[in-house]
Amino acid sequence: MKKGGIRSRFSICTVIAALICAFHLIPFYIMLGVALKSPYDTSSRWVFPGYLYLDNFREAIRYGKILKSILSNVIITGGAVIGITVVGALAAYPLARNQSRVNKVVRTFSLGMMMIPALSLLVPLYSLMVDIGGISTYWGIIIILVTFQLPTSIFLYTNFIISIPAALDEAAAIDGCSRLKVFFLIILPQLKPVTASVVIMTGVSCWNDYMFSLYFLQSPQIKTVTLSVASFFTQTQSNMGAAAAGALLGIVPIVTLYLCLQKYFIKGMLDSAIK
Amino acid sequence: MKQRWKKGLINIYYIPALVLFGGFVIYPLLKGLQISFTNWDGFSQNYSNVGLKNYQTLIQDGHIRTTLVNTVIYGFGSTLLQNVLGLAYALFLNQKFAGRNVTRAVIYMQAMVASLIMGYMYYFILQYDGGALNDIMKILGLDAVDWLSNGRRAVLLITLINSIQFVGVSMILYLAGLQGISASYYEAAELDGAGFWQKFRYITWPLLIPAVTSSVMLNLIGGLKLFDIIQPLTAGGPGFASHSLATLVSYTYFRGQNAGYSATIGIFSFILIMVVSIVLMKYFTKREGNV
Repeated sequence: MKKGGIRSRFSICTVIAALICAFHLIPFYIMLGVALKSPYDTSSRWVFPGYLYLDNFREAIRYGKILKSILSNVIITGGAVIGITVVGALAAYPLARNQSRVNKVVRTFSLGMMMIPALSLLVPLYSLMVDIGGISTYWGIIIILVTFQLPTSIFLYTNFIISIPAALDEAAAIDGCSRLKVFFLIILPQLKPVTASVVIMTGVSCWNDYMFSLYFLQSPQIKTVTLSVASFFTQTQSNMGAAAAGALLGIVPIVTLYLCLQKYFIKGMLDSAIK
Repeated sequence: MKQRWKKGLINIYYIPALVLFGGFVIYPLLKGLQISFTNWDGFSQNYSNVGLKNYQTLIQDGHIRTTLVNTVIYGFGSTLLQNVLGLAYALFLNQKFAGRNVTRAVIYMQAMVASLIMGYMYYFILQYDGGALNDIMKILGLDAVDWLSNGRRAVLLITLINSIQFVGVSMILYLAGLQGISASYYEAAELDGAGFWQKFRYITWPLLIPAVTSSVMLNLIGGLKLFDIIQPLTAGGPGFASHSLATLVSYTYFRGQNAGYSATIGIFSFILIMVVSIVLMKYFTKREGNV
């Protein structure tokens, strides 16, 4: 009797959960429907097309150049993530190991950088990038993304290295390892779990960035996914289907990655949020 | 001596990070302060110092007042909604039942999508002509509504959409917090005859305060900087009715070609966000100390 009671409560929970899922999936469903419908189909957006129509996707690839944008995103996110992890891990090592007064100041300073909103710097940053010729270049956008994601990376690495016993470094140093060798041979191999978190957290922000791309990528030569989708929508008011198809193609890489590596995505979020 | 030399040497490792912060954060911040005292248009070589004129304009500007109210609604409104709903989801999904892992994955998935693209998804729902929501209105026998044409309503809808998109972040933080609470507390409380509400009030809530701190800080700072999602839905319109500080900075610079004033709004938002973060951090540290 009691068991039955528990089971029925659970099945009600499952029904509620299904409704919650449905609610959160509505926007995806609607956009998929729009992307798969011909422009002459005037049925309601709730009705899924009963035919196969892929011209919108063709148009998004041919005229929206969405695949080229995905490639640009891969280059920008890849370059930025490499910079963020390398510069972050290097900076974290002395901050974690040598907690002198100077280093404490440096650590607080780099955490403080997290609170400075990029939006308040956009005008001077833009004119700086114009001066050094960084507008509409890969290195320009990468350097900006690295700078603004670096505090997160330093924060995560510092906390992690503090948790590795210093006795390990000392033992290696006694055996005649130089500081540089200790870092590369002892510390670096142990950083894999935290590196996964850093790569995921900062990688998602870089991939989805719109504000920096809008400011610093002005030429049509280099366009990120968000920029392409935005310009596609403003240009093709008449053909929403193609714009929707482009937007869907743009989110496929990150959503696929998330679904495959969920555990790491959630761990990364938790690591970086708890201060 | 040798030890000291070695200690000094490893500090070199953080030089690259400091160079980046200096060059691309601190220098622009000072430069922005300087630009805010000029009438620079953003491209010409000639401009002059105008002293505090931009700051005077800022105080008198009606658009700034609307924008400031909007930014506060975006920031605090999203934080409130996201945390209440996130906590409810976490409490619900902390029970054992079939499908709970899938549900968690689906809710958090939206946080992976670029806000700009999320905005377009909701545009298909809220659009006046052919929007999915108006189709429901029609079925219910009601008149179609131009959802985004009214400034205040647009601001509330953007707040709601932003909250729905990132509710998964709060949910995950609360779930992690809940899993850290030992079941023995609840068993003891049940023996003493505590009901659901009493258990929540005296066990769950106090032990969740660290998770609340993280979640509120993240949401609030994110909400005050809101930019991406406004573009696809209203682009700050109608008129200036749904601008946030971030979109107004961009608009004033690129459309208004008033770099001096744009930098002034930037400095103003810098001070605002710093003050809010510091006050909140102080408040939460004190509160966590008390529990």
